[in-house]
Amino acid sequence: MAKRFTRPESMKDKATHYCPGCGHGLAHRLLCEVIDEMGCRETTVAIAPVGCAVLAYDYWDFDTMEAPHGRTPAVATGVKRVLPDRLVFTYQGDGDLAAIGTAEIIHAGNRGENLSVIFVNNGVYGMTGGQMAPTTLLGQRTATSQFTRRSATEGFPLKILEMMKDLKGVSYLERTSVHSPKEVLNTKRAIAKSFKTQLDNKGFSIVEILSPCPTYWGLDPVESMKRIETEVVQEYPIGVIKDSV
Amino acid sequence: MAKQKGKPDISIERCKGCGLCVEVCPKKALEMSEKINDRGLKYAVLTAPDKCNGCGLCVIMCPDCAIEIVGEDEGKEKGKS
Repeated sequence: MAKRFTRPESMKDKATHYCPGCGHGLAHRLLCEVIDEMGCRETTVAIAPVGCAVLAYDYWDFDTMEAPHGRTPAVATGVKRVLPDRLVFTYQGDGDLAAIGTAEIIHAGNRGENLSVIFVNNGVYGMTGGQMAPTTLLGQRTATSQFTRRSATEGFPLKILEMMKDLKGVSYLERTSVHSPKEVLNTKRAIAKSFKTQLDNKGFSIVEILSPCPTYWGLDPVESMKRIETEVVQEYPIGVIKDSV
Repeated sequence: MAKQKGKPDISIERCKGCGLCVEVCPKKALEMSEKINDRGLKYAVLTAPDKCNGCGLCVIMCPDCAIEIVGEDEGKEKGKS
């Protein structure tokens, strides 16, 4: 029997630890599909973050390193400078990239390191129990914003891509989502473009993927996808933020 | 009967019951099961195989790689003949 739409070769045949409906599973699969299609599985080095995706190396069948919380772009910088022929990408969540790792991501971008960054933004700290992240939307209830996030006390959602678009070292920034099949395929295209940017030595790129966290949003997986479509994209508009490739 | 290009083969043990495939199916051919799997979760089942046209949207939305499309690809067969 012919099979279509099968599991990508570089994804291990293993059940993930992610909650039902989590966007990490989709992002992992898309990354593996892109790597398989580009045929660079043997030359890829991924840097895993701290967060829900901390065990990503259990699911990816290519070289993966683990970095301290938020320091993923710094580790990737080292790997890429020592092994410039490898495809080096970091995989980070919003707590990792936009909170503790803000300095690393901005300076890696400003230096114009030839890296790809996959930034999975679900607006909450998943692994530690649903605390507020800098990217949490106003009015969202979390474990550490029990009366919902208010701008007067907790500030505003942090938009990393908009913040970084004026840096001269940054080549390509795009925000995508996974709330519908169309957006999933669009995300795959953006990841492929980011990797191609790197392989062509054209510099630093980030793909921000808006992802659901059904568990800590307190919604079921289908409602979570609808929340991205109706609420999250209002704050974080989908599209190319910068493209100077 | 509708022409079939292959049908989704859903892994009961891999499925976490998020229901995204059921929601996204344009033909409403999938439903959640009454039974539970070894994880204690309901899983997606193909309840109306006649309606399914093998479009693969369920596979695209599955976060757990639990679905594969198995069967003959009509397009390719036509190309061969």
